[in-house]
Amino acid sequence: METNKTKWGLAGASVPIMLWTLIPIVWIVATSLKSTTALADQQQNVFGNFWPKSISWDNYSLIFTGGAKDLFVPALWHSIVVCLVATLISVVLATFCAYAIARLDFPGKKAILITALTVSFFPVIAMVTPLFNLWRILHLFDTLPGLIIPYITLTLPLSIWILSAFFQQIPWEMEQAAQVDGASSWQAFVKVVAPLAAPGVFTTAIIAFFTAWNDFVFSSNLTAARAQTVPAALNSFTGASQFTQPTGAICAAAVVVTIPVVILVLLFQRRIVAGLTSGAVKG
Amino acid sequence: MSSIELKNIVKKYGDGFPAVNDVSLNIADGEFMILVGPSGCGKSTLLRMVVGLEDITSGELDINGKRVNDLAPRDRNLAMVFQNYALYPHLTVFENIAFPLRLAKGKHSDNEIKEKVNTAADMLELREHLERKPANLSGGQRQRVAMGRAIVREADAFLFDEPLSNLDAKLRGQMRTEIARMQRRLGVTTLYVTHDQTEAMTLGDRVAVLKKGILQQCASPRELYEQPINLFVAGFIGSPPMNFLPARVEGNTLKMPIADVELTGELAEKVKGKNAVIVGLRPEHIKDASLGDNISHGVPFKAVVDVTEWLGNEQYAYIPFDSDPSLQGTLEELDRDLDGEGMRTQMVVNLDSRSRVREGQEADLVFDPSFMHVFDPESGDCLTRDDDRAAEIARDNEEQRKAALERAKSRESNAASQSAEPRQAS
Repeated sequence: METNKTKWGLAGASVPIMLWTLIPIVWIVATSLKSTTALADQQQNVFGNFWPKSISWDNYSLIFTGGAKDLFVPALWHSIVVCLVATLISVVLATFCAYAIARLDFPGKKAILITALTVSFFPVIAMVTPLFNLWRILHLFDTLPGLIIPYITLTLPLSIWILSAFFQQIPWEMEQAAQVDGASSWQAFVKVVAPLAAPGVFTTAIIAFFTAWNDFVFSSNLTAARAQTVPAALNSFTGASQFTQPTGAICAAAVVVTIPVVILVLLFQRRIVAGLTSGAVKG
Repeated sequence: MSSIELKNIVKKYGDGFPAVNDVSLNIADGEFMILVGPSGCGKSTLLRMVVGLEDITSGELDINGKRVNDLAPRDRNLAMVFQNYALYPHLTVFENIAFPLRLAKGKHSDNEIKEKVNTAADMLELREHLERKPANLSGGQRQRVAMGRAIVREADAFLFDEPLSNLDAKLRGQMRTEIARMQRRLGVTTLYVTHDQTEAMTLGDRVAVLKKGILQQCASPRELYEQPINLFVAGFIGSPPMNFLPARVEGNTLKMPIADVELTGELAEKVKGKNAVIVGLRPEHIKDASLGDNISHGVPFKAVVDVTEWLGNEQYAYIPFDSDPSLQGTLEELDRDLDGEGMRTQMVVNLDSRSRVREGQEADLVFDPSFMHVFDPESGDCLTRDDDRAAEIARDNEEQRKAALERAKSRESNAASQSAEPRQAS
């Protein structure tokens, strides 16, 4: 009985938290489903202007096939390419770096970790202006590499920290056993350490991907048209005239970019939780 | 198959402290050598230097007469069982055992690997667990998988790093005999690290006792027990441990807290000029006089028994005594070296289970002074050690070891020819 009571208590306590986090998302979905007239007219909506009486897909056709197509579809591609490449490079680099930090004893080991931490504390906005000037000189402004590089910087410290905690809890004996069994250092890493670290690498990759995916500051300042990602592109949506707000289209685009995130989290939530807690709990 | 030779091996860490200091050992082909000592004596470091996981600061390590100091672990062809087994959690038991074979690319075909793994699995009774993951196995099964991984290699030697310390007492006993059986059957050179003197005594052909990185004595278990070279070895080997009693030298008499002993001959010469010595008496060499066992030249004494422990087949009696202040320091240091708690000075007597001695009683006890060990308190050297007798024990032990290996080999070839015959017939 006692456990049942606590179960229901916990469920009751989580309801407000779920409402708190879910309502904004449902609101965006609801708004994206409203027609232009419904956006302005309360009579066409239920629950006090919340949900449209008749669902309209106009906003979605607007961003995929309509007037906003040229702005949104390339931006979506840019987002996908930039984030995947940045994540891949940053995770590969972080894996090697974290492995070295966890296993080897070399001078400057602490310095690397502290530098990584300091870099991630540095306010992003402070770096944008100098980067903007630098990028113009180097002809990196408004190019995909011009975004990938800052995203690597943004995600690398985070990845190094998560992964080095992860490597540290893989018993060293495992690797030594492999070496005694006849493996070279590289074989021991590939055949024993890497498979064991896979959940950690995966978690890190997902977190790095989200960080890049959700970034607005770099994208809006370092790109103009040819390399804009979705968060920045949303900002440059305009209505049919300067008197109409592109609310519906923005919400539809926001829903579209949220979907991959939600799918990833739902698919891999177990792994993410395991990856995040594994440093703390001895398993 | 192979011999391992350690010549003046030294290991120094960054702070210059020698964890292993000038150790020389010669492990013969097929021999079971034990490294034993209290925690921090450098035994594991020594093993890790042999396998190549630690650098050798100075000295030479030869395997089969070839210097291997600078070879990587994978080039030394040794198999090791780790204390926590170090099984690969992402691989099945089969793949764990097959791992070393798969690494030797191109050497073994898939069928060969399968056959070798199955043979090893049969030997260790792991056949029905081959498809399971290590996480789902019990401690003893994991231990066997780790041994399987070592067997399948056909390595030059096996190295064990405290392989039984993670098991409970009952399983430890079973696995101990299992390891002994496997070693004899395969006839493979083995180096085994433990802190448990029982494991050392039961498993080893020879036992190397280490203290603070220095080799004290390397000999057969029997020689260590009967002819220890110094105080430390005498105190470390044997359970319950040897009793150390302070004794004053007065002429030809040793005055101990419990009794006085007349010395004659050689020993009397050796203790001449010393004020005090330490006398070592094994618990089983002290008897209950009232049982009527006839001990010629026995030294009788009376003592009040503090506590008794009756175990069925034997009985321990504890007798407190007052220590000599001049030897207190030496005895306390010895106790610390042996990982002891230094609680109180008491003597343990291993009595026959028929004995009716109970707590608080004054008991009539007797011991044979010829079993007595006498140690120099300054150097710790054993003054009663008989080198001729020790050499005799060593010779006898070596003969026995070779005979046992021979028997195991002939048994093995008999079994092989018997199993081969029906195969040919079919």
